[in-house]
Amino acid sequence: MDLTLSPSEEGFRDEVATWLRENNPGREPEGSLDEVMTFRREWQRKLHAAGWAGISWPKEYGGRGATMIEQAIFTGEAAAQEAPSPANVLGLAMGLPVVIAHGTEAQKERYLEPILTGEEIWCQGFSEPESGSDLASLKTRAVKDGDEWVVTGQKVWTTFAQYAKWCMLVARTDPDAPKHQGLTYFLMDMEQEAVEAKPLVQITGEGEFNEVFINEARIPEENVVGGVGNGWTVAITTLMNERAGLAFGAIAAIHNSLTRLAALAGEVREEGGTSAAEDAYFRQKIAQLFIEAETMRLNAYRGLTKTMESGIPGPEGSLGKWQWADINQDLTELALEIEGAWATLGRGSDGAIAGGAWQYNFLRSRANSIEGGTTDILKNIIAERVLGLPRMR
Amino acid sequence: MYFDLTDEQEAIRSTARDFLASRFRSERMREIAGSADGTDAAGWKEMAELGWAGLALPEEWGGQGLGIVDLAVLFEEMGYALAPSPLFTNTVVGLALARAGSDEQKERWLRPLAEGTARGTQAMVDAGSTGTPGAYPMQDEPDGDGVVLNGRKQLVADAAGAAFFLVATADGRRHIVPADAAGLTVTPEISIDTTRRLSTVTFEGVRVAAEQTLPGRGAEFGAVFLRGAVALAAESTGVAQRALDLAVAYAKDREQFGRPIGAYQAVSHRCAQMLLETENSRSAVYGAAWAADADPDALPLAASMAKAYASDAGWRVPDASIQVHGGIGFTWEHDLHFFLKRGRANASIFGDARWHREQVAKRVLAPA
Repeated sequence: MDLTLSPSEEGFRDEVATWLRENNPGREPEGSLDEVMTFRREWQRKLHAAGWAGISWPKEYGGRGATMIEQAIFTGEAAAQEAPSPANVLGLAMGLPVVIAHGTEAQKERYLEPILTGEEIWCQGFSEPESGSDLASLKTRAVKDGDEWVVTGQKVWTTFAQYAKWCMLVARTDPDAPKHQGLTYFLMDMEQEAVEAKPLVQITGEGEFNEVFINEARIPEENVVGGVGNGWTVAITTLMNERAGLAFGAIAAIHNSLTRLAALAGEVREEGGTSAAEDAYFRQKIAQLFIEAETMRLNAYRGLTKTMESGIPGPEGSLGKWQWADINQDLTELALEIEGAWATLGRGSDGAIAGGAWQYNFLRSRANSIEGGTTDILKNIIAERVLGLPRMR
Repeated sequence: MYFDLTDEQEAIRSTARDFLASRFRSERMREIAGSADGTDAAGWKEMAELGWAGLALPEEWGGQGLGIVDLAVLFEEMGYALAPSPLFTNTVVGLALARAGSDEQKERWLRPLAEGTARGTQAMVDAGSTGTPGAYPMQDEPDGDGVVLNGRKQLVADAAGAAFFLVATADGRRHIVPADAAGLTVTPEISIDTTRRLSTVTFEGVRVAAEQTLPGRGAEFGAVFLRGAVALAAESTGVAQRALDLAVAYAKDREQFGRPIGAYQAVSHRCAQMLLETENSRSAVYGAAWAADADPDALPLAASMAKAYASDAGWRVPDASIQVHGGIGFTWEHDLHFFLKRGRANASIFGDARWHREQVAKRVLAPA
């Protein structure tokens, strides 16, 4: 056991930290999503030029060839310094590992570079209006027509669909096969008439997610990933990598939120003139969140050691995603409790504490236990695949 | 960065798992738990032969010279097996002597302790005090070149069979008092956890010669306290792991409404929650144990995090396991109640969850 960074890892961290201090463009513009995406594309180009895109992926595929620990160090450091997200976050976290694990040489040649540069944005076409947690029940149909597939159906919760060039699409190619076996994983070109993305307005009033309507879209057969009928396996790889890849950034982001929460507690006055940070109840609650965040961080490192030994992220990643959602929600709930009566004022109000950031975070974090696998489904995965309990119905 | 046990640590774990499983089967554990004084001389002798009495004590003084991570591995297994044993109390006293004792004291008291031939236990909490860690009102009144002790120490674990007590006084010092000292009386109490007995030790004009007072004070014992808290948190993690394993095995086996109960989400999600709490405890414990060995400045925060978390998980997980078991889990016949009681007792000593959370708060919240 060694929980310190090795001298070379420390050197890497210092290099990353220095580079970020000099190059971090800081806060994202507070304008439209279009402006934000332009800003993020520029940032990703910079990251790629400096060799910080695809850190743990092989050099032959345009990566840096560094270790997963170094990838985690970079993600953590970037989040700690509050660097923006790269534009193609889904391409990097999911597209890249899926193409490397399941793609043909020609696909690797075609797709990897533009993922890394952010030139082509990726989105994920998994969920459908009637297939959320029960993903394998999805109905979007793909029918072979010569050397093309013709796809019709509807996807939902598709982040960045309006900017994406490629969609990681799972569609049903064999309606007669058992539901997990009749699926195929495609890379669908979003830039065609037959594909239409419409933003979904969420409870924060924003539209991060989209509905995607697909009406006889065309996909050439060379865009199948992992073989016809193997869509489920490829989709699981995508999800496991999503949970593992986003972990260290999420951990650093939680730490930043906790630091802000502690500062908030020090600023809010209580009856008698003391601050919320002196209140025994809030002290206990805040301390508990710091403790849980630390257990999440340590769990992630234990998981990473295991992944480095076995080569693939295991189902334990589900624990971290569940825990992250719980902590992130709990801390926003606590912030509102600390704000007392002022918790009623939100973004755009002069009287709001911290510009209404906590109100926004409270609302946005409601999705944390739903997006990327609901907490309820993660518990099923843990029960079945980690504990070996019987399958549920 | 490598967060897993080394091959040597895995060897400690598997030796401990096998030995404890064969030595402390349910019937034997119950026999000891139901005996007059709760001691197990034969079991202790075997543990001493394995080198456990001095596992994390200096080789120079008869110990194995291993670290707190190794100790945590062992204590996780002690909890898993629910071994009734004075190993914990003996270890903590050993750590205190190693850190704050004179060479003469180490030769006279630490060596036999590390070899397992003369056990020690702590007498800390004063009758009528708040029980707050570090606050021990008993006075040591000067008497010639030594001191005299008067008062009552409560919640003294494993007093039966101990060769000596390490007694805390208000000035932050510790005194070695042999069990047969004149004026010292041990009165057993009824502990909720009968696998770790608690007693009241009364001191009536007990004289302590100068050479029996440890030269160290305050800070050294704080460092020992934190290591003890980590070892106890490791034990609670083992308790939780066992209670989880029992629940999962039962949920696979027990059928109701024509299916194993583990197929129902009300049950399986409870088990997933138990896994989360157990794994969180384990991560926190090894994070803290590693800090004790390699990064002592990080220990106070890490140890409080570990003890706070494991204090809760150590009894909540057995509690949830009882719920998974239903009626059978509430019977005396099933072993689960012993795990619940050990976890609950561990939660209350070496600083409870609330106390440790407050220590965390002191470090993460800016001073008012």
